[in-house]
Amino acid sequence: MLDSTTKLALAGAIALGMATGAMAADKLKTGFVYVGPVGDFGYSYQHDQGRIAMQKALGDAVESTFLESIPENDSERSIEQLARTGHQLIFTTSFGFMEPTLKVAKKFPNIKFEHATGYKRADNVATYSAKFHEGRYIIGQIAGKMTKSNIIGYVASFPIPEVVSGINAFMLGAQSVNPGIKVKIVWANTWFDPGKEADAAKALLAQGADIISQHTDSAAPLQEAEKAGKLGFGQASDMSRFAPKAQLTSIIDDWSGYYTGRVKAALDGTWKATDTWGGLGAKMVVMAPFANMPDEVKAMAQQTTADIASGKLNPFKCPVLDQAGKAAECKGGTALDDGQILGMNWYVKGIDDKVPQ
Amino acid sequence: MSPQVFELVLLTIVTASMPLMIAALGELVAERAGVLNLGVEGMMIMGAAIGFAAAYLSGSPFIGALAGIAAGMAMAALFGLLTIGLAINQVAAGLALTIFGVGLSGLLGSDFVGLKREGSPHLYVPGLSDLPLIGKLVFGEDGFVYAGFLLVALAALFLGRSRAGLALRAVGDNPHSAHALGLPVRRTRFLAVLFGGACAGLAGAYLSLAYTPFWSPGMTAGRGWIALALVVFASWRPWRVVLGALLFGGATVLQLHAQAASLGLPGQLMSAVPYLATILALMALSAGTRRNAAAPAALGQTFVAPR
Amino acid sequence: MRIDLEPRAGRSLALDIGAPAGALAFAILLGGIVVWLLGKSPAQAFMVYFVQPLMEGWSLQEVAVKACPLVLIAVGLSFCYRANVWNIGAEGQFVIGGLCGGWLGVVTHGGAGQGAIGGWWIVPAMLLLGALGGALYAMLPALLRVWLGVSEILTSLMLVYIAELGLDYLVRGALRDPKGFNFPQSVTFDDAARLPFLAEGERLHAGVALALLAVAAAAFVFARSRFGFEVRLVGEAPRAARFAGFSDARLTIAVFAISGALAGLAGICEVSGQIGQLVPTISPGYGFTAIIVAFLGRLSPFGILLAGLVLALTYIGGEAAQVALKLPNDMTRAFQGILLMCVLMADAAARYKIRLVSGSGA
Repeated sequence: MLDSTTKLALAGAIALGMATGAMAADKLKTGFVYVGPVGDFGYSYQHDQGRIAMQKALGDAVESTFLESIPENDSERSIEQLARTGHQLIFTTSFGFMEPTLKVAKKFPNIKFEHATGYKRADNVATYSAKFHEGRYIIGQIAGKMTKSNIIGYVASFPIPEVVSGINAFMLGAQSVNPGIKVKIVWANTWFDPGKEADAAKALLAQGADIISQHTDSAAPLQEAEKAGKLGFGQASDMSRFAPKAQLTSIIDDWSGYYTGRVKAALDGTWKATDTWGGLGAKMVVMAPFANMPDEVKAMAQQTTADIASGKLNPFKCPVLDQAGKAAECKGGTALDDGQILGMNWYVKGIDDKVPQ
Repeated sequence: MSPQVFELVLLTIVTASMPLMIAALGELVAERAGVLNLGVEGMMIMGAAIGFAAAYLSGSPFIGALAGIAAGMAMAALFGLLTIGLAINQVAAGLALTIFGVGLSGLLGSDFVGLKREGSPHLYVPGLSDLPLIGKLVFGEDGFVYAGFLLVALAALFLGRSRAGLALRAVGDNPHSAHALGLPVRRTRFLAVLFGGACAGLAGAYLSLAYTPFWSPGMTAGRGWIALALVVFASWRPWRVVLGALLFGGATVLQLHAQAASLGLPGQLMSAVPYLATILALMALSAGTRRNAAAPAALGQTFVAPR
Repeated sequence: MRIDLEPRAGRSLALDIGAPAGALAFAILLGGIVVWLLGKSPAQAFMVYFVQPLMEGWSLQEVAVKACPLVLIAVGLSFCYRANVWNIGAEGQFVIGGLCGGWLGVVTHGGAGQGAIGGWWIVPAMLLLGALGGALYAMLPALLRVWLGVSEILTSLMLVYIAELGLDYLVRGALRDPKGFNFPQSVTFDDAARLPFLAEGERLHAGVALALLAVAAAAFVFARSRFGFEVRLVGEAPRAARFAGFSDARLTIAVFAISGALAGLAGICEVSGQIGQLVPTISPGYGFTAIIVAFLGRLSPFGILLAGLVLALTYIGGEAAQVALKLPNDMTRAFQGILLMCVLMADAAARYKIRLVSGSGA
């Protein structure tokens, strides 16, 4: 019995496989590698939203597949699997995929790769990231205006430059409207553990924080703020459905424009191994609707958003003072340069804490 | 530290400890019957997924909690079939159960990602709940907390004072003598495992219904494994589970509070404290009483009735 | 209703092979039903999952690379489990092995310490350090059991978390790449600190050969040596072993040392062969998965080799199914769970005559 069914199955599968193979030949196959589940409603979810939008925009010209929950230390094989199965453009969307991506790219010089949030490139490896710190400057300003206790709680993940520069931009934004403001930072040492993130938020609320900002992926800290009748900000996606009364706004990672543009470039043959670091201006960072705040704060936030997008305002415009009050070298002319922000491991003046080592 | 902050810290510790305490209590009873179930994480996450789904569909956290318990018990029944019915090695079956549970919960829960419920209602006794310091702590918790403590009390009474509890311990210490005395070894073990599953499911439901009221894949984040450590730390005594859970939960929470209060301590060291404490407790126990007297003697051994 | 088990008098080869094969078929059938419920073609899923990865050279290599740590660790564990010693902390020994060996890769980066003698010694020294680190770390639960009678199941498990946190701490601190923008990872190793690859430009590294060597060595030890006999005797007939004058303590330490060393070796093979640098987590749970591999392989070296390959296939096939059929990742995991339970049940069927009896009883 087993024999006849397997034979049937094999015949069917071969026929199906041939059919899909033939169809795929004239399409550009794109692949995406995610570090978390697409259902995390945070970082990986947003990348997948970008993929879906790209697929919608370009329609029949492309085919896209993704691999989710890929452990960073065992990702080389997963990336290679995409390369081996006819994918022509592969996006690897987490920092830990950097070395594996480069290794696979070396082996497949004719396939194009794009690595998010890293700093190493090759002829066929582009990098891209978003200037999340621009959004953090805006939410800092909002927090500075909205706080009554003058204490802001900040749930942080790991002390990598992206997070540290985010804290600094937040503080600079807050200080621009409220010089006496204090920020308390708790390192949860996780990107995703709802329970622990909630506990971190509770600890900050207990220390008198009345606004919770977060750089971890779940909606738990924001939900804690709502439960306590306080305010907060979402992370990565619009989390207002989890905390309609607490979410002031959210810094949304919007990859749809970038993915659509890059896949189009690959279709047109104009793709190059570029380094893209876009912010509000490039619409890679988008602010969720400003809510739960008075109109004048909303107007201020909208103005700041417009100013940063147009380049009129730079969150890290010089002078940027360190904790000792010494101005950082102004490598970018009027503001810190990208390298300084991408490697940031020190706090600005006014943060009463140490970067953990 | 002001009294309000102190109360808040205590409240956080209680909520952080609760899932550990409930899951560990269930595992404790199973282990006292001689069954080591390493599938706690898998049963727990199934409880979280099914509990949330049921509560979302029915609108009732109570039904959600019951569904979480049922999910945990179903997983435990599978484990019982393998290890007790078929005498399969408990370590292997437990690990397989966890892999299965993590995958299945993701599949079943996929339609419920990104949905939100209100948290579970808290008790409110006019007057008493507003007492300073202890008001919220004693009279203002959610239903899970009271259920958890009730379970501990019942389990302590059952194991320590009842005939059935004595039989259960006998089965865990020496199934062959227990069998010779006419005790139903396999039935006892199966029931103990079911109880363990029910507790793990309830602990999981607590996570997705009260602790952080949403479902997200992988949200147990290793708490099932900590519950296993906790049983040992508690040297297989129910009331010590309460103490241990408060310590384990407390270590995590206090670490976060210490950061919020800007006392610099390395996070990894603080996170390692519970595990180090467990090993030290084990050493102290074993040094005090020769050859692991605290542990059920037949823990982890399969039993096949002689004929 | 209850289940009665009657031990089979002798084990028959037909059952030993037939039962797991039947279990595999049954698990595939169950998986096929789930795939069908998800609205995909079970036949195509079967092809993508089990057949295609075995048809191409590169995916066969990937199966071998994925199976390598599982087999190395599980072979070590088989010594413990045969002797009724329950080391379930191989994950921790794996991490410490990777850390100790990887440390040498970090400090010799950029040609440091190579001087006139060159870098030929680095990889062997890394392997040695890895094995040594794993073995020493395994001594903690072993000595605690021998000296104080502390249950090794639980101490070895606890030590897993401590090892993971230690690696995390060092990679974020002392071992971090100073030029790496503060990102938590070490420098990438020089070529001199990378395990040689068995073919140019491929992923099949020398660790795979070590795993095969470990299988052969273990098979020899179990079949031919006095030590192997001792391990089996202590496990199967502890009382007889004691009469024979075998020391329980010495054996516990020996099997822990072997399994710790092999787990540590697997760790450094993964770090030096696969990853090429130290990162905060170096194992996606190999130490735990290997426990299952050990049991699926019935604690016999060749069985473990086979079980490791089958389990590796489910990972590779699972990813292929995600790519080709867009099956969710959780499907793969749930299927692995089903497969493991089916094979465990088949194992029970091979050992016992199973009868369903109505009415209740012990």
